[in-house]
Amino acid sequence: MKTCLVVDDSRVIRKVARRILEDIGYEVAEAADGVEGLAWCRAAMPDAILLDWNMPVMTGIEFLRKLRGEPGGDAPVVVFCTVENDLAHIREALDAGANEYIMKPFDGDIVTGKLIEAGL
Amino acid sequence: MTAEEIAQVVSLCRARAGLRVAPDKSYLIESRLGPVARREGYDSIGDLLLAVRAKREDPLIWAVVEAMAGGETAFFRDRVPFQNFRDEMVPNLLRSRGKAPLRVWSAACGTGQEIFSLSMLVGELVEADPGLRIELAASDLSRLALERAQSGLFNQFEVQRGLPIRLLARHFEKDGEQWQLSNDVRDRVRWRRINLIAGLRQIGRFDIVFCRYVLGHMTDDAQRKVLEDLTCVVPPDGFLVLGAKETLAGLGETFQPVVGRAGLYRRNPEYQEAAA
Repeated sequence: MKTCLVVDDSRVIRKVARRILEDIGYEVAEAADGVEGLAWCRAAMPDAILLDWNMPVMTGIEFLRKLRGEPGGDAPVVVFCTVENDLAHIREALDAGANEYIMKPFDGDIVTGKLIEAGL
Repeated sequence: MTAEEIAQVVSLCRARAGLRVAPDKSYLIESRLGPVARREGYDSIGDLLLAVRAKREDPLIWAVVEAMAGGETAFFRDRVPFQNFRDEMVPNLLRSRGKAPLRVWSAACGTGQEIFSLSMLVGELVEADPGLRIELAASDLSRLALERAQSGLFNQFEVQRGLPIRLLARHFEKDGEQWQLSNDVRDRVRWRRINLIAGLRQIGRFDIVFCRYVLGHMTDDAQRKVLEDLTCVVPPDGFLVLGAKETLAGLGETFQPVVGRAGLYRRNPEYQEAAA
């Protein structure tokens, strides 16, 4: 079974994302900020990461830059999932190594489609 | 809506555009015609249809029929046909054609996602081979859909349906809450209003025709007519692309599937002989 880590400080978003991801066959883990997310990745690198941008402690973009520098950290497909919906943020995310990008609000079709576009 | 009103819509759509409107889907008819009634200044769908009956004016009739014609669409819908376009159809045709321009048609293009997906691919092909000439045409029955398509404006929801984020970043600019497609992708496309059952023999040759998720919304007679006309449009070495789950079962021998390529069809040489 493929694994997906959902990194988002909103419990509601994590719950919505979990339901969508479990419906399409993912095993889901949750983290509330970038630091928690990194701890998960060091313990067990997931196949995919759904990543919020604005979070306390460590933001999504900081998390992503750190992740891509870790051993095995280039492997997971990283899909940003954020309210930031301008080209500057999208380009910054792609430059930092994001594979795909979802602008909130999202639905199941968008998450599924973006994971497929990212090669999963 | 009353049964008479539904029957009126069903019959108008069939007569004018060969559309099959299911009479049991009154919610669909209402959701499509409600905006038409408001736009045309009527208090209700009932008043709109009354005016259609009383005046028999073409613009009003077409407003009704065109509103019933649209379907959902997405960038790079089904994905595989677009890979086939780039990796098989175009190289295949280029081998047999040399430098003559290839002509591609998105029939029933709706709001343009399909032809713009093709245009982005063609842009990449031309970048790799500047001598390449591929002409893109798109048509729809609905003038409103064509207007929207030509504007190249899409909302956030639409640009997240099938469009890889790298292509959004490359080809779109943000315009308020909308996303504006770049001129170079838009300028490659020529637009025309075409009613598929009004006869296609005059529109010329198209080497690749994307005609997806439209035949299934038409009556069997209309589908047969469109397919027969398409044998005059698609040359023997050309391609017809249908939706991934669409088949021509029971619709005659005009085209035959390319084995192993869902939705990809070529002319049936035996049908050609039968016609000749």
